[in-house]
Parts: sequence; C-alpha cells; structure tokens
Amino acid sequence: MPEVQTKYRKKRLDRGIKARVDTIFAVASYGDLLYLLLPRALPVLGLLILPLLLTGYWGKVLVYTCVYGLLALSWDFMASCGLFSLGQALFFGFGAYFAGTLNHYFHLPPAVTLPVATMGGGLLSAALLGPVVRLRGVYFAMVTLMLPILLRKMIDTTGVFGGAHGISRLAPFPSDLLAAYLAVLVFLFCLFAFRRIISSDYGLVLIAIRDDDRAVMSGAINIYSRKIQALFISGAVGAFAGALMTHHYQFLGMSAFALDYSILPVAAVALGGQGTFAGAALGSLILVPLSEALRALGGLRIAIYCGILIVSIIVLPEGVFHYVARKYHQFERVVEVK
Amino acid sequence: MENGPLLKVEKLRKRFGGVLAVFDVSFTLRRGEFLGIIGPNGSGKTTLVNLITGFVKPDGGDVIYAGKKITGKMPYTIAEKGIARTFQMVRLFYNLPAYKNLIIPLSSARVARLGGGRYGERDDAAIDLLDDMGFERDSFVPYKLAGSLPHGYLKRLDLARALALRPEVLILDELFSGMSMSEVASTMPLLEKYNEEGLTIIMIEHRLKELFRVVDRVMVLNYGRKIAEGAPDEVMEKEEVKKAYLGIDVEIYPGAAGSSS
Repeated sequence: MPEVQTKYRKKRLDRGIKARVDTIFAVASYGDLLYLLLPRALPVLGLLILPLLLTGYWGKVLVYTCVYGLLALSWDFMASCGLFSLGQALFFGFGAYFAGTLNHYFHLPPAVTLPVATMGGGLLSAALLGPVVRLRGVYFAMVTLMLPILLRKMIDTTGVFGGAHGISRLAPFPSDLLAAYLAVLVFLFCLFAFRRIISSDYGLVLIAIRDDDRAVMSGAINIYSRKIQALFISGAVGAFAGALMTHHYQFLGMSAFALDYSILPVAAVALGGQGTFAGAALGSLILVPLSEALRALGGLRIAIYCGILIVSIIVLPEGVFHYVARKYHQFERVVEVK
Repeated sequence: MENGPLLKVEKLRKRFGGVLAVFDVSFTLRRGEFLGIIGPNGSGKTTLVNLITGFVKPDGGDVIYAGKKITGKMPYTIAEKGIARTFQMVRLFYNLPAYKNLIIPLSSARVARLGGGRYGERDDAAIDLLDDMGFERDSFVPYKLAGSLPHGYLKRLDLARALALRPEVLILDELFSGMSMSEVASTMPLLEKYNEEGLTIIMIEHRLKELFRVVDRVMVLNYGRKIAEGAPDEVMEKEEVKKAYLGIDVEIYPGAAGSSS
C-alpha cells in the first residue's frame, strides 16, 4: 500500500477582537463594532421590515414561521434543563383553546384573550407536566407525546369546545399587519430574552440540571421546582403561539393538538442547532418557508422535505447555526505540513 | 439543643436486594467534631453517606440533624439545612469553566439566606474560594473548562463546590483517592482550618495515615455494621478491625464473612 502523506492541513484562527472577557467586549474600531453588531442587527432589521413587504399568502407564511419559531424556542428552553419534549402541541393546543373558547363563549377581544391564554397555558402546562418532571429523557418525551393525542381524542369524543368540527368565525386581529408585527416582535423578544436568561446564573443552573442533576441537588437547589419554572416559561410561550394562530385563522379545532406542532419545532432545532436559541430561530426561519415553497410539488413535498432534514442532520449534526457561527468567528487557511 | 449532638444517626438500615449495605448503624456527632469513617471496600461507607444526605432512602432508622428528623428528605432539602458532601466519583459540570461550577451552590437559597452571593458577586466569591483551594486566581486555571482539569484539581473543585454552600456539616467521600502526596499535603491544613473555625467534618478515607493525623474519632464499618468506634490508635488495636483490614477469615459474623478467604 502506498503511503499517503498529507501535505496540507487546515489551520483555524480566531478572528481578532481586541479584548474580549466573557461578557464584556472592548470594541476598538468601527470594524469591530460592525463585526459584532451585524449578525445580530441584520436578522432583526430583516424581520422588522418583512411584514411590510409580504402580504397575502406569504404574509401568512411569515406569521406561521414566527409561530413555529416560538415553539422551537420553547422546545429549546425546556431542553436546556434536560426536559426533552415531543409535545409542543400540548402548549400550542392549550393556548389555542384558551383563546378560542374565551373569545367564542365570552366574546373577549384578542387584547384580553392573548395574555390570559399565555398565562393560563403556562400554568396549565406546568400543573399537568409538573408531576412527571422526575421522569428523564425518553420517558418524559413519551408522556409529552401522548398528552396532546389524549386531549385531541377527548375533544373528539365528548364534543366539548366545538368537538370535531371546531369553532369558526372567531374575532380576528384588527389587521393582518398588526398580527404579523405581533408575531415577529414576540418572536424576537423571546429569542433575546431566552439568550439573556440562559447566560445568567439562573440559566447556568438550568444547564447544570441537564448535565448532572444529583450534583445540583447537593448544591441545595430544588431541581424539580426549577424544572417546573422552565415548564411554565416554555408552556406560556407555546400557548401564546397557539392563541395567536387561533385568532389569525379565526378558527379553533382539534388540529391545534396535531402532531405537526410537536415534530416541526424539534426538526427546526435539529436543523438549526440546539442550546443557543439562535439555532432554533434560524432552523424555523429555514424550514417553514422551505416547506411552503415545496408545496408546489404536491405529494412529493413531504418526501423531499424529509430528505433535506435527514441529509442536514447527517452532514451537520451540530446544526446550521453552530457551523455558520464557527465560520464567522474563525479564519481558516490551508498551511503546509512540515 | 446547642449542647446536644449536631447529627445523630440511629439504627440506619439499607438493603440492596440480598445485600445488607448498612445494618443498624448508629453514631452521634458533636458540633465542630472531626470524625473519620473507615472500612474495607464494600463495607457500606458510601451508602451511609448517601443515606444521611438523602440520595438513598433508608429502609429503617433515623437521621436527626440539629434536633430535627431529616430521614428520607430530598437531597436538596438536606443540603439546604447545611449538610454538604463531596462525591467519591466527582460529579461536576465538565462543560463549564471551573469557577462556574461553584455558581450552582452559590445561587442557592441557603447562601442567599446566609447573606452571600448576590448576582454579580458570585463570580468573585467563586474565584476567592478556588484561590484557597490552590486554583491560583492570577492563572488561567479557575477559568479553564472543568473537563480539561487533571484529577487532583477536580477533587479539590468538588470540595470547593461543597464548601461554597457554607455548610455546618461537611461529608467527604474519599476526597484523597487519586490525589498526589503534595495535593493531599496542601489540602489537609485547609480542612483543619475549616474544622477549627467550627465546621463539623465526616471524612471517609482509605489513606489511614493522613486520616488519623486529623480526626478526633474514627468509626469502623465492615459488612454494613459498625464494628468499632473511638480514638484512632485504640480502634486499630482491636482484633475485629485488624481482621477486617487484613482479610483473615474468622467467625466474627457467622455467615457474613464466609466468602472472604
């Protein structure tokens, strides 16, 4: 066998920021300033302009993207403390039914139903999943997977809250533009709020619970109450997404508990990368428009969609965001092996 | 209450399947005492620690701390009351910088109650404590990922994690195993200093020479039972202890010792 000798190798160098200590950036020039600001400001500006540009069908897609983005963020937040869920549809459904029924039976406007659904959904999620936070990994995931299916069947058979037919002609938002801006702003708020929370000491404890819960317990921290707090936050965000969709579509039905709302957020995080929230946001910004664009292909849509997902997970298991961030922060050059 | 024992363990018992891991072990601990627990491998030392700190629920018996029953309480409740522990197999957060490991106990309600560790001050408190442990504050060591530190540092980081809780009772489960002689020599005075300042320490150790130099009293376990208790040199003179340590097969406990020949 001929001996193969590598002559070149890749060398990675961190891009120079003059001084950077943990959370403090000492910015020395406009170049540095732009380097730090652009990847944060550009997506935000883009998302803030988009509602003005997109109308009609693609306007709806934008709202849809933000709603899935919120679910993906809420998934990532739970996962950061070791609660791996396959049931974001549960939170989504709670929010949808809170908002829908309050509007239909009590004629409350969205300005009231949205906050109530957010808080109510969060509390109900925490109360319902609180007793099972002791379960870990796949066992917790199984429970979260089953609960939306169970609730869906219950609504179907008992016929409460409109049953299988659902409730239509709910109050819409005053305008589509308002709905789009509400979705975008809350999405951005959650993205940055979650990033702030997770880099605080509170978030550090959550991450530590995921890594080694016994060590956290020996630090006198009640891990179950922390997990329930995380559930409340995740549940509230998911419920807000559900309430928003319900009013935007002016329809409430069993589909709020559909498997789509559980699986697509997980897929978005898998594509974007876990743990940074930016990955979850990026993943849903790619996946949802992509799945809408593929709609033209008819039946093959789902097959192609699944294919793209599988390939991306195999090729970039770390997620798109981590890959892009690394490329952005490091120079790569080929050097000769001596 | 102040004059009574700080920690009182009464007839603690735990069975794992057919194995009596801990059987009717009782002892008391005064405030400020330094107790050593020794015994051959598998004699139930670690299980005893797990029973006291709530990581394992006992089948029988009681643990009374500062006059209150804490038997079977959750580990975080017991830690909150002031019993901190280290782990034989260190349990740390390897993806975090070393000093960030201490943020977890420092952000607990206990430390907040004792008037420490407001947000932003915690990092300084962590670095201070690590500096005491030999992680020099001016070096990179406290800021390195815990996963990249050598074993001796991990052991001391685990000790720092327990001390960060400002405990009343500190339970050390084989702290010195895997530490170098010089690391042991530098850690020992630290423990003595904390003990002199009033910290009650229970130390499980296989390194008897180092242990006997610091403890007031030792307790010997074998097959889950307490076989001796007293001053170090008295205890080691006892026949049962010698036999347990030298592994001579004698009928101390009919049936139990049969397998070790």
